[in-house]
Amino acid sequence: MTYDFNTMNVVLLGMFLAAGVWTVMTSHLLKSAIGLAVTSIMLTLLLFHLKATLAGVFELSVCAGLITVIFISAISLTKPVAETEARKMKMKRLQRFIFLPVLLFIAGWLLSSRMIHLTNPAHTVADAAATVQQALWSGRRFDLVGQILIILAGVFGIVVLFKTKDSVDGDKKQ
Amino acid sequence: MAVLLILVPLAAVLFLNLPLQKIMCRLAFWIGLILCLVQTLLVIQLPAAAWNEPCPVARYLLRFAPAVDNLALVMFLAIAIVVFVSLLVARSTISDCGKLFNFTNLVMLAMAGMNGLVIANDLFSLYVFMEVAAVASFILIAFNREKDAFEGTFKYIVMSAVATAMILSAIGLMMTVTGSMSFNALAKVMHTDGGNPVILLSVALLLGGFFIKCGLIPFHGWVPDAYSSAPSATSVLLAGIVTKTTGVYALIRIVTMMNLYSTPVQTLILVVASLSIVVAAFAALGQSDFKRMLAYSSISQVGYIILGLGVGTELAIAGAVFHLFNHAIFKSLLFVNAATIEKQSGTRNMDTLGGVSDRMPVTGFTSVIAFLSTAGIPPLSGFWSKLVIIVAAWKAGFHWYALIAILASLLTLAYFLSMQRRVFFGKLASGLEDLKEGNPWVIIPACLLAAITIGLGLCIPWLLGSFLLPVRDIL
Amino acid sequence: MSGDMATFFSVSVIFAVLMICAALYCILATRNLIRILIGMELMTKSVTLLLAVGGYISGQMAVAQTYIITLIVLEVVVIAIAAGIVIGSFRHNNDMDAGRMNNLKG
Repeated sequence: MTYDFNTMNVVLLGMFLAAGVWTVMTSHLLKSAIGLAVTSIMLTLLLFHLKATLAGVFELSVCAGLITVIFISAISLTKPVAETEARKMKMKRLQRFIFLPVLLFIAGWLLSSRMIHLTNPAHTVADAAATVQQALWSGRRFDLVGQILIILAGVFGIVVLFKTKDSVDGDKKQ
Repeated sequence: MAVLLILVPLAAVLFLNLPLQKIMCRLAFWIGLILCLVQTLLVIQLPAAAWNEPCPVARYLLRFAPAVDNLALVMFLAIAIVVFVSLLVARSTISDCGKLFNFTNLVMLAMAGMNGLVIANDLFSLYVFMEVAAVASFILIAFNREKDAFEGTFKYIVMSAVATAMILSAIGLMMTVTGSMSFNALAKVMHTDGGNPVILLSVALLLGGFFIKCGLIPFHGWVPDAYSSAPSATSVLLAGIVTKTTGVYALIRIVTMMNLYSTPVQTLILVVASLSIVVAAFAALGQSDFKRMLAYSSISQVGYIILGLGVGTELAIAGAVFHLFNHAIFKSLLFVNAATIEKQSGTRNMDTLGGVSDRMPVTGFTSVIAFLSTAGIPPLSGFWSKLVIIVAAWKAGFHWYALIAILASLLTLAYFLSMQRRVFFGKLASGLEDLKEGNPWVIIPACLLAAITIGLGLCIPWLLGSFLLPVRDIL
Repeated sequence: MSGDMATFFSVSVIFAVLMICAALYCILATRNLIRILIGMELMTKSVTLLLAVGGYISGQMAVAQTYIITLIVLEVVVIAIAAGIVIGSFRHNNDMDAGRMNNLKG
């Protein structure tokens, strides 16, 4: 734990928070989705810094990739607001959201003055799994079943929500 | 052996999705019913020890040691019965074969998720299976793609996401103090290190997250909308078992296994429970939508269960578990009746209904049974479970809470009598002249659930032993 | 060494809490349904950060990574379903106004 670790950590955390706040405050919806991708990238850098490489790669490919695609397709499937409406909404929106950085500063100042200190961190357990692959496969195989179940549920969900009668071929049983 | 309860529905779903469209459509419904019946039979026949023996095939696939005790058996039974009833109601309300196929698959996935939640012995696995059941129920609520249903689902999704964030933050914070998330390790940490501010914060977050999933006041925002706007079969499932398993059972498991009974935690649970009982009962009084009233009634009854949990003695938790099972049965019965009325008369507004009992005698009679059980009238099962909870609270010294529980029972009786009078008794309302009784697919589950309510209530002296003994194991 | 770890922990927790506050503010103060989804995603990111920090401090980085990977899979499915709900609601209302989602009263 050298000095470099901590400053790098604070820098990365600061960039992460800044990207998040920009995502919330920006008024254009597409820019917000891009901001979400940027926040994912910052989180990936943080994860790499904490030596969680596999999780970082997953986060980058899935969150910064797949979820951004989902958001952009959802945004494009729902029509944008007309131009004059958009300008009025932008001003009202700014009034509502201007409180956010102020709130965050106050919260940050309050929290740092009453920091929760970790008195006795955990001792490293002797039988810690060596690699992520081992931990996932042998330690948490039960969760894998859960993941399979939820992916199946997601597939059915998309079918239920999006499939219309016109796109069904084959005969219908009565 | 217990993991088969998850693997078999999963295998059934995969099997049903093989590309043999014509026969799979019809087959799905019957396979779903058979799975529920098999689960019921297995629970009744086998004692808890037999469940923990590892099945050779499953052991090869999954290295997992389930923690099945009698509390888990009660939950398996409740899950099987409610899913069975829900499938029957679906058969009567959904006429299209393809949609019924989707419904059955989703219900089986939800059942697998809930079974997994019951046998999880690790906090993170509990979260994973809770999410599986939650996602299946999101889709089931939005099943008919109606406008109100989308609103109900969306509120449920947002509040569920907040609950997830709270639970996971608690897991992250607890990981700094202990490396493992299994319940035994966490209990040890609570024992040695309970006063650590990090642990206190994570316990608070954990409790908050699960209170949202239970639907207790003041975290109940999603419950009335989700329950009332969902299609009938989904309401039965949601009110009957999903909220109970993912919220109430998980809370019972966590509080008892991790031994969270310190004074502030206990006070918090008791206060939230009493608040739920009273506020929800008052809210139910002023409703005109039938299912919305039932939703508020659910919140109130879940408050009773959590009150039993908060008291913490053996008797109280036994009462809570018994009330959980009873509530699954009589609330499902009420929602089945609501489904019948909605399908036959086309409306849920209690002000426009009236005198339904003349034309729909079975529905009227079973509805009376269900609401008497909810209000705690002897000799039905609801009376016994409420009595146990109130007596346990009194004996443990929580006199005020016991008084609140008794008074709220009177409130329950009041709003249910009002509902019964408005909907079932009295003159037949205009426009309902050609009302008929529901088709057999809804009558059978209604009669079945009413029979269970009456049977449990009458046979309780014999069954008291088998309900109290299991609780001794988990404490 | 322990002091360093404690500072690291406190600083990370503060930033994660601030991010959660920003995400909650986004969910509560917005009138657009998709922005509510974005807020949910931001909450998930800060929770991922907390899990990673927990794993780093306790030395169980492998287990924490499995938690993060499982969490990411679950979140993708939830967001996909939520986006489907939003699109479905838009097709009914022709409007992305979150205020419309308050029709069911009582």
